[in-house]
Amino acid sequence: MYNYIIKRLILTIPTLFGAAVLVFVLMRLVPGDVCEVRMAGFGTFADPEAIEICRENLGLNDPVLVQFGQVMWGYLTLDLGVSMWTGQPIVDEIGLRFQLSLEIAILATLVAILIAIPLGTISAIKQDTWIDYVVRAFSIAGIAMPSFWLGIMIILGLLITTQALFGTPWMPPIVYVSPFEDPLGNLAQVFWPAVATGYRYSAVATRMTRSTLLEVLREDYVRTARAKGLLEKIIINRHALKNAMLPVVTIFGIEFAFLIGGLVVTEQVFNLNGLGKLFVESVLTLDFTMTQQLVMLVVVIFVFMNFLVDLLYAWLDPRIRYG
Amino acid sequence: MTVSDVRIDPDAERAVERTPRPAALLGLIARYPLGAAGAFVVLVMIFAAVFAEAIAPYDPEDNAFEYMFTPPGAQFWLGTDDFGRDILSRIIHGARTALFVGFVAAVIGATGGLVLGVASAYFGGWFDLIIQRVMDVFMAFPLIILALAVVAVLGPGIDKVIIAITIPFIPQCARVVRSSALAIREMPYVDAARACGFSHARIILRHMVPNVMAPYLIMITAFVGQAILLEAVLAFLGLGVQEPTAAWGLMLKSGAEEYAESAPWIPIFPGLAISLAVFGFNLFGDALRDALDPKLRAQ
Repeated sequence: MYNYIIKRLILTIPTLFGAAVLVFVLMRLVPGDVCEVRMAGFGTFADPEAIEICRENLGLNDPVLVQFGQVMWGYLTLDLGVSMWTGQPIVDEIGLRFQLSLEIAILATLVAILIAIPLGTISAIKQDTWIDYVVRAFSIAGIAMPSFWLGIMIILGLLITTQALFGTPWMPPIVYVSPFEDPLGNLAQVFWPAVATGYRYSAVATRMTRSTLLEVLREDYVRTARAKGLLEKIIINRHALKNAMLPVVTIFGIEFAFLIGGLVVTEQVFNLNGLGKLFVESVLTLDFTMTQQLVMLVVVIFVFMNFLVDLLYAWLDPRIRYG
Repeated sequence: MTVSDVRIDPDAERAVERTPRPAALLGLIARYPLGAAGAFVVLVMIFAAVFAEAIAPYDPEDNAFEYMFTPPGAQFWLGTDDFGRDILSRIIHGARTALFVGFVAAVIGATGGLVLGVASAYFGGWFDLIIQRVMDVFMAFPLIILALAVVAVLGPGIDKVIIAITIPFIPQCARVVRSSALAIREMPYVDAARACGFSHARIILRHMVPNVMAPYLIMITAFVGQAILLEAVLAFLGLGVQEPTAAWGLMLKSGAEEYAESAPWIPIFPGLAISLAVFGFNLFGDALRDALDPKLRAQ
């Protein structure tokens, strides 16, 4: 087991290195840089000398390999550097927004679990009845709707219903409130984005729950359980669902990782200052260092979640042993 | 009566062998009602895209400032936007953009994945290891982040958007196809082909690729839906197709937030069009998967 964990950890190094190279190269391929965006971004005249000084200060004139070496050295010494755009340490910039993104990711995952597992189970038990069709249509609609559009519709719906009920339209607060200071205010803020994304992410998990449960329900041991007269409820809950959960856990694990950095548009719509928004801003301002570290953060979380899911497998299914 | 007396009516024989087309179609619809609904949506969309000029009541790019923000009514069924352009016409023409981006990205992405996945499974060893590690790197990026980064490098424009959407699809399809191809590589007929001395290319293209067509087709239908969504997201962020082209995501970008309250028809209808289109492709893809994968078929 320990050997397996160590082997897996070593195997993540090439993936992380590859991702670091990929982002670094992609960013260097972009025409222009942060100095041009800052000084001449809005079509104003910029002194070429000023741009040159800016580049010199940020180290953009160093040979590419030297710049890459600095990034790598930063990872080894756990120093993420400073943002090229704001000049603030990247750790601080990310730290400011990480709490919000993590909170929404956790809430959205909860919403997704609460939707996916019951619906997927019902859909499998009632396969090919109208209940199954309604559940499947509902879950596919979740994938089909752009989450930003769903967000707009939710805001619109909130405005209209609160207007009708209380006479004044209500909108989720825009300025971030910490859950430790004002739990209710915080919930009012993150609840709707979590619903919008959670619904979307439940779709894949609902379908996965349905199809794996269908497969498991055809296994011999389920037939045996039925033959000895076990209650259907016990068969489903204790015998079938437990074994059908493996692929579903994988889905939740991977999606959780993507939720942290992938909420680019939802954050835009709900006007939340999270990591996704920071990512779009840093791409648009060609802030190489910030983009590099944000992408790496998402990749590290993704790789780590994959690793965690693998370990969870062994715990959920005693037949799996990592040697 | 001798045997030679028995006349066989050729038409009757054909009728016995094959169920007549309409009946077979009805049978399919009864077995996959959701898939049929999906196929219907897809067909309507293709029809709208092909005959956009003939169906659309107005020119989708024609500004008519005297009709700005007209609510849905008899003259403009779905209302007009902030430039006085007819929303219905823009949605009909937008189907063309969506389908074009969707199909091109899905076919190129899935085909690239097909070739890489099958080759990776067939050659195995070092080749497989390296290809899979490279795919790992790409798969570790959220779809939207990879697409955003590619658009940032290439700049906006419909062809660049297609490239940005295609790149993340390749590893996804390669992964799925590889797992099917691994099983096929162990089949006796592949050994037989190798024993006959056929070239690698011939074995891959003639013997392995046809046998992984099922996952490939399923991936394509799933990708078309995803591509339509991604294109909308990129357009919404201002990195996709540019004005005044009729594209659904772009219609949401220009109208979504500012006018959500005062003119809700501007964001509602393009969003519905996107949702319905992706919904249709996913339903169709699901039914296709059920039909092609006997494991999932109801007993």
